[in-house]
Amino acid sequence: MAHISEAGVKKIREICDRYASEKTPLMMILSDIQNEYGYIPLEVQQIVSEKTGISVADIYGVVTFYSFFSLEPKGKYVIGCCLGTACYVKGAQQVIDKFSEILGVKPGETTADGLFTIDALRCIGACGIAPAVTINGKVYPKMTVDAVAGVVEEYLAKEGK
Amino acid sequence: MKNFAELDAKICSCTDCLNAKLDGSNGKRAILLCGGTGCLSSNSMEIKAKFEKLVADHDLGHKVTVNIVGCFGFCSQGPFVKIFPEDTLYRLVREEDVEEIFNTDILGGQIVERLLYIEPLTGEKVAKQDDINFYKKQKRVALHGGGVINPENIEEAMGYGAFRGLERALKMDPQEVINEVLASGLRGRGGGGFPSGRKWQFAKNSVSGQKYVVCNGDEGDPGAFMDRSILEGNPYAVIEGMMIAGYAIGASEGYFYVRAEYPIAVNRLRNAIKQMNEAGILGDNILGTGFNFQAHIRLGAGAFVCGEETALLNSIEGKRGMPRPRPPFPAVKGLWGEPTIVNNVETLACVPYILREGAAEFASCGTEKSKGTKVFALGGKVNNVGLVEIPMGTTLRELIYDIGGGIPDGKQFKAIQTGGPSGGCLTAEALDEPIDFDNLVAKGSMMGSGGAIVMDEDNCMVDVAKFYMEFICDESCGKCSPCRIGTKRMLEILTRITEGNGTMQDLEELEELGNTVKNNSLCALGQTAANPIMSTLAHFRDEYIAHIVDKRCPAKVCKNLMQYTIEQDNCVGCGRCAKACPADAIAKTDYIAPGKKLPSYRIDPMKCVKCGACMATCKLKAIVKK
Repeated sequence: MAHISEAGVKKIREICDRYASEKTPLMMILSDIQNEYGYIPLEVQQIVSEKTGISVADIYGVVTFYSFFSLEPKGKYVIGCCLGTACYVKGAQQVIDKFSEILGVKPGETTADGLFTIDALRCIGACGIAPAVTINGKVYPKMTVDAVAGVVEEYLAKEGK
Repeated sequence: MKNFAELDAKICSCTDCLNAKLDGSNGKRAILLCGGTGCLSSNSMEIKAKFEKLVADHDLGHKVTVNIVGCFGFCSQGPFVKIFPEDTLYRLVREEDVEEIFNTDILGGQIVERLLYIEPLTGEKVAKQDDINFYKKQKRVALHGGGVINPENIEEAMGYGAFRGLERALKMDPQEVINEVLASGLRGRGGGGFPSGRKWQFAKNSVSGQKYVVCNGDEGDPGAFMDRSILEGNPYAVIEGMMIAGYAIGASEGYFYVRAEYPIAVNRLRNAIKQMNEAGILGDNILGTGFNFQAHIRLGAGAFVCGEETALLNSIEGKRGMPRPRPPFPAVKGLWGEPTIVNNVETLACVPYILREGAAEFASCGTEKSKGTKVFALGGKVNNVGLVEIPMGTTLRELIYDIGGGIPDGKQFKAIQTGGPSGGCLTAEALDEPIDFDNLVAKGSMMGSGGAIVMDEDNCMVDVAKFYMEFICDESCGKCSPCRIGTKRMLEILTRITEGNGTMQDLEELEELGNTVKNNSLCALGQTAANPIMSTLAHFRDEYIAHIVDKRCPAKVCKNLMQYTIEQDNCVGCGRCAKACPADAIAKTDYIAPGKKLPSYRIDPMKCVKCGACMATCKLKAIVKK
């Protein structure tokens, strides 16, 4: 069980209060929590439930339905490989395979050191620069298998590794 | 602004101001940079900063302005820099080119030839956007304002036609507005192609104290990005379209449901709503007419099925995004149980044009049953990748060859996939078919939201069908069993076939399952899920048979059914491939090819993991797929 600090509980309640005037605020609350903490564990869902009166079962149902919400923490750097059609026909599968090979984790998983998560993304609408990869929002256009190692190293260097 | 007179005066002054900027009569030259997602990722912001610094260093602030505009649409040639009043377009501009453009063009008044677009067919350099083949056959209705106005500046939008449609609508009776939309022949651009005016009429006829307009910006179709580009390029037009719809049906609240993957679009939309509230165009008693309207934004959270209108409504209501059985249709019982119309971004972007220019003008292009234009996201194996808006009735050949510039590297055109995971493939024999809603359906595909992915001889159609089925399988919400289980079984069969373990019986089973899923699923996601399989089976049955009977992938894509080989007589023995191989599958042989000095290499098929790294490193192209 993840322990949530008192400050954390306060923050989550604050997020719930932001949308007090909304008729159905659950999605907005969960989006904010996901952005703030990177994941939405059960303990957090309980606090949201107490604040909003929505049952934990319903909240859990919503959290597990949408791919943007996760129950597990994500890595510091989230490598999103677009696997939309335009990227796929230009070799995106090989690019994501290469990330998996170098980092030793499958798409959806996080490296043991907590640095990287590989995500297979649905079309991000950057088809003009396919295949596209995003890392924490920065877009890498026209990725190639050969460029993958360099990109990973760029982030390892930032971490002094 | 409190009344029509104030709006008119403002529009007038804004129009003069924008015109003066574009024709240079304000005594300044304007540098325009693309601020769409594609160009931003290729450093257009850094380019902008560099221009700004140069302008400041030369103390030219009173002579030169640097502006961000919406997407130019020609994403494969970005980032773009456009200079007014000369209307010179530079493409593929990099940070290191900025100085040259500044010195040669801005200071020297000469065109930087090397950064001009080169027409691939003639090799001719083209300086003006309108002279480029990619743009010649286009007509901008939904993309109005993209590449011209600053999408974060309401005054520029007003200088380019914004709110004139709204003004005209507010002077009409709501029923007259619906009649105008009916007369225009506008059909939903999100995929269904349902006449928008009729949808509005249903909602208007529903009696309720509170109605809603919802804009579907959950553009999930892989390969389509027109909604993102419209929201990024001219958010004002979409809000204006939503307000006109609200006025027509009697709604005072509107919701934008936009994918969370589109942060730039969301920010610009948010900014536009704020500016319109400040200007008195959104809010209570708009322009003194007594019409109240407010727009809100809701973000998606990564579920493709939320593009289905009833699933989208559930998502706004904070629930799992699962579709509802219809009827009742949203126009009768929608958001929070109230009458609601759900229109797609591109549809709403057409509405201001219809009201501003008139239904007849909108309907002046197109085919008998599909009026106006349609935006396509042209991608895949085509030279000119980007967003194109073409009159309905344009042929696929014009789209792919005239606008798209044909297939790269002299490869053969194989198929064009339209309609995304719900659509199908069209082959060479359909190239001269005019594009419209009904014709594409008749040919076994559909318009969908406008994704158009070109495939060449290197694409395996079984693999493509499998790709879409994986997508659908992943995104099926699980509510109804035909879709939940059927798509899974179809994916298993396709996987079997691509791995070389399929049987001819599998083909029959695919067709039977496909029909079952089509006829029994609750929503369009399931009802159309089998389309990619059905259309590839219809057009490329021989490819399926090659996988099953000959255990061969004709396009050499399916890993189990192809191998990499070194053509030993072409191998100079440099050993690059062996170094690149992650599986140590390549070793030196004793054979020295005639005319070569070193022994050639050979791939051990048992060890090869078929990653293709060797082929990418071989400079002599001695490694081939077989």
